[in-house]
Amino acid sequence: MAIDREQLRHVAHLARLELSDEDLERLGPQLNDIIAAVSKVSELDLSDVPATSHPLDVVNVWAEDEPRVCLTIDEVFANAPEREGNYFKVPPGGS
Amino acid sequence: MIDTLRTSAEEAARLIREKEVSAAEVYAAYRAAIDERDPELHAYLHVCEDEGGEGLPIAVKDVIGTKGIPTTAGSKILENYVPVYDATVVERCKSHGLSVLGKTNTDEFAMGSSTENSAYGPTRNPWDPTRVPGGSGGGSAAAVAAGLAPWALGSDTGGSIKQPAALCGNIGLRPTYGSVSRYGVVAFASSLDQVGPVARTVRDCAWLYSILAGRDPCDTTTVELPNAIELPERVDLKGLRIGVPTEFTAHDAIEPGVRELVQKTIELCSELGAEVGECSLPRSLDYGVPCYYLIAPAEASSNLARYDGVRYGYRTPNATDRYEMYTRTREEGFGDEPKRRIMVGTYALSAGYYDAYYGQAQKVRTILIREHAEAFERFDLLLTPTSPTVAFELGAKSANPLAMYLNDLLTIPSCMAGLPGLNVPCGLSEGLPVGIQLIGPQFSENRLFAAGYALEQAIGFDPVPTRLAR
Repeated sequence: MAIDREQLRHVAHLARLELSDEDLERLGPQLNDIIAAVSKVSELDLSDVPATSHPLDVVNVWAEDEPRVCLTIDEVFANAPEREGNYFKVPPGGS
Repeated sequence: MIDTLRTSAEEAARLIREKEVSAAEVYAAYRAAIDERDPELHAYLHVCEDEGGEGLPIAVKDVIGTKGIPTTAGSKILENYVPVYDATVVERCKSHGLSVLGKTNTDEFAMGSSTENSAYGPTRNPWDPTRVPGGSGGGSAAAVAAGLAPWALGSDTGGSIKQPAALCGNIGLRPTYGSVSRYGVVAFASSLDQVGPVARTVRDCAWLYSILAGRDPCDTTTVELPNAIELPERVDLKGLRIGVPTEFTAHDAIEPGVRELVQKTIELCSELGAEVGECSLPRSLDYGVPCYYLIAPAEASSNLARYDGVRYGYRTPNATDRYEMYTRTREEGFGDEPKRRIMVGTYALSAGYYDAYYGQAQKVRTILIREHAEAFERFDLLLTPTSPTVAFELGAKSANPLAMYLNDLLTIPSCMAGLPGLNVPCGLSEGLPVGIQLIGPQFSENRLFAAGYALEQAIGFDPVPTRLAR
């Protein structure tokens, strides 16, 4: 099933990627080829097969709630593009 | 000065322990080798200064966080990122006296099979610099092969340790899922990612794995190993049942030169006393790659959502509001391969498509696990080629993402099943290394090392690239 330009723009919006027209020109056919190839999984009838989300048999790993040494405030902000006080600063508006 | 091309980590550690050389001299020898050969190979993205450690140096793939040392994951979006803490695996190395020699090149976010997707330019294969070293961990594999590190850390999602090890002629272990901590490692596909060792000998590989493995409270997917890791010593394969999945040796994509060497290795297993038989994993081969290229991108699209220009990493200077900041930061910061995978993954997880793509792939994953489990009812280990081809030329596949994805045809199925796999070089085809992968049940690393060691001794592969041998 081919994905058209409009659908690609919708997916890019969901992923918060700004894809230019040139990007869509270049990536669009590749993405369609990839989707066509991976669609092969639908050939199998697996209605009675359970899904695997994780290959290791561990469930509900609990830990004691113990205080321990953690990063300092300055370490937390060490890589911040923009800081104001103890906040990460971002441009206003948009969604 | 030690010969960095020929000295194993075990031997270098002995020389330090017996005070025949100092740790500083060993570090300096690798630094000198890097200065001499890395301008051509570009295995490293960052080289460190000796901080006066008492043990061996180690190279670390640049998706693994290192305190105070830049960690880019091969991406422009993390160009100036300097972690404020060490990944658990790095902490474990340091607590065993190892010191970080540098950060090795990788496909961006470990997405690729050639290291050509690095935002900082490709790494070249030490056996032939016109060819790729494999990927995503091409930097670690090339560094070890060219004597630019005694050993290295890699990470493997669908073949990123085993495939470069095959193409560069070294030993690489993708460990059992859950045996090595990912805390502090840049996440790609969390139900698949594993950190593991790259080394020049099987014993070095086993030794490094024993340092890395075990439960970490900071990564709740890790568990304690059921058995301590033993350094292998036996040179035969008596009592071992080795299965050869016929589809994995007969597939059209496998080059004749690779097929021939793998066949010889299978015969060698019998000569060494193993009981060798055929088995079948038909759906693993037919559906492994499609299944992987849904699950890994889906998880990647989620993991890479964190690169939003807010807390760390690149932020676009060209945004007037927050939405534009997110979308332009990601447009300018990510290369094509992460963009492709984010798009495929987001699509596969989106409303109306989830069941047909991601949900269905998770069910296929169950089938792959069952197929492998059935094979292990009859066999202790499976043996297949690691890569269908020897190292290919730079640029040969970079315009065709699907062709690139097929490099991992043979490594992906066992990764999906959470199983450990070990690459062992088995010879040269057209002057380039060929490797076999040994696959075992979960937590069978000791068995892999034992079999890998016996084969390594019997094959006698010289891991020094011919053009560097003097």
